Amino acid sequence: MKSVVIIGASHAAVDAISTLRKKGWSGKVVLVGDEVPLPYHRPPLSKAYLQDQISEEKLLIRNEQFYQDSDVTLMLGRRAESINRETHSITLDGGETLAYDKLILATGTRTRYFPIKGGDLPSVHYLRTKADADRIKTQLVSGKKILLIGAGYIGLEIAASAVKSGCEVVVVELADRVLARVTSPEVSSFYQRFHAEQGVDIRLNTGVQSMEVAGAAYRATLNTGGTVDFDAVVIGIGVVPNVELAEDAGLSCDNGILVNEFGATDDEDIYAVGDCSRYHSLIYDRKIRLESIPNASGQARTAAAAICADEIAYNEVPWFWSDQYDIKLQTAGLFEGYDEVVVRGNPSENKFSVFYLKAGRVLAVDAINSPMEFMIAKKLILAKAVLEAYVIRDMSIKPKDFLG
Amino acid sequence: MALVFYVAFDGSQHEADVPVGSSVMDGAVNNGIDGILAECGGAMSCATCHVYIDDAWVSKVSAPTEMEQEMLEVVSNPKENSRLSCQVTITTEMEGLKVHLPESQF
Repeated sequence: MKSVVIIGASHAAVDAISTLRKKGWSGKVVLVGDEVPLPYHRPPLSKAYLQDQISEEKLLIRNEQFYQDSDVTLMLGRRAESINRETHSITLDGGETLAYDKLILATGTRTRYFPIKGGDLPSVHYLRTKADADRIKTQLVSGKKILLIGAGYIGLEIAASAVKSGCEVVVVELADRVLARVTSPEVSSFYQRFHAEQGVDIRLNTGVQSMEVAGAAYRATLNTGGTVDFDAVVIGIGVVPNVELAEDAGLSCDNGILVNEFGATDDEDIYAVGDCSRYHSLIYDRKIRLESIPNASGQARTAAAAICADEIAYNEVPWFWSDQYDIKLQTAGLFEGYDEVVVRGNPSENKFSVFYLKAGRVLAVDAINSPMEFMIAKKLILAKAVLEAYVIRDMSIKPKDFLG
Repeated sequence: MALVFYVAFDGSQHEADVPVGSSVMDGAVNNGIDGILAECGGAMSCATCHVYIDDAWVSKVSAPTEMEQEMLEVVSNPKENSRLSCQVTITTEMEGLKVHLPESQF
C-alpha cells in the first residue's frame, strides 16, 4: 500500500490529512511529530489559553475521532532524524525507519535562542509549545513582575495577558518601536500608546545585557545602564525555520525549504508546507516565507491535492491576526516596499485601518478593530487593485465599494 | 450535548452531537462537516465559518457583537440570519438547532 508520511503535527498536517482523504487518497497516512499532544492551536497559547479562558481540549485542532475516521497512523512524541531519499524512507529517533511514497515536511519553526548571561536561570522562558505556555501560566499571578524581551506579536500578546492577570509588566525592545518587523510606524505608535495606557512599561532602544539572581527574584541589567527586577522573563525575539532535515537530505534551502507553487521541493516526492517553506508568490513576484496559520493550511491543502494528482497553483493572500486586550489586529498582505501610507479612520478611537500602497496598488492593510476593511483588503490585494488615497480616507465610502 | 443539524447548500443534512459550551463551528469541524472552513480556529478573525441560523431558531440564539456584525456585512451573500458559527455557543436549550451552510465561504 502506498504511504504519505507527514512530519510535523501541526495545522498544516491536519489540513493535509483532511484534503488527502477528501481527494481520495486510499493509501496509508502516517503523522510523525515530536510533541506528544494531538495537533493543537498555537495562537491561543499567548492569549486565551495563557489567561485560562480555554481548556486543553478546546486547544485541539481536531478531536481524536478525526484521526480515527481519517485512518491516520499517529506517531506522536517521535522525532524524525533523517530523510533517506534513495530508499524513500525516514529514520526516526531510536533508529526505526519508515517508508514513504510521498513525504510532506511541516516542520515549522523554533524560537530564536538568545545567548545571554543568565539565560539558563529557571525563570527564563520561551513560548512555542503548550508545555511552554503551561510553565509561563504558573508565573502570571497578580502582583508578579514579568519582563518581556522583544516587542513582537508574542511579547505584546503575553504582555496583554500578563496585565490582565494583574502582573507588573516591562517590555524591552532593541528597535525604536514595537512590532518593527511586521508593521509601519503608524501602527507601532498606536500599540505603544495602548499598552502604556494599560500600564505596560515599554522601553524602546533597550536591550538586556545579563540576568542574575537578586534575592527571591531576578534582575536584568540593561544596555542603557539601568536594571529591571522580575519574577519571570519571556524571550520573544523571533523564530528560525526548521530546515535541517531537508538541508541534510540535499534539498535546496534558503531561509526556508524552497518549494514550487504546488509545495514540491526539488525532489518531486517531497513537499514542504507552512512556516518552514519558502515559495514564489505570484501576488508579490518574489520568494516569501510566511509565519502564518492560514498560509500553512493553504499550502498543505495545495500539496495534498497535488499528491492526489489535482494540481492547483497556490495563490492566496497572506494574512495574519493578533489579539491584544480587546484590540483585534488583522493584517492582509505584505507591506514591504510601500511608497505611500494612508490611514482610514481615527487611531484615537481604537478603530482604524492603514493601507500600504505602491504606485497606488494596494500591497497590504493593517485593520485595527476594522474587520470590513480587512475582508475587502484581501480581495483588493489579490486583484492587484489600485486605489486613490482620498477614496480610502473617505469614511462615507464603504469598504465594499472599494472593489469597484 | 445538543443535537445540531447542518444543512449543506445542496440540501443534504448532517447531524452532530455538540457538547454544551462549545461552538457550532467546533461541532462542524470535529464531525468532518464540509462547508465550514474555520481557518482561524474560532478567533473571529477569518469569517470562514459563516452559517445561516434556521428561522425557527433565530430568537433562541444570542445576538452578534458589533465586530461580528461588521464581518458578516462582507461575507459572501449575507442575510438577516447570518452568523459566524464560532461565535454561537451551544446551550442546553439548543437541542435540535438547525443551521444552513452558504454556497461558499469566500
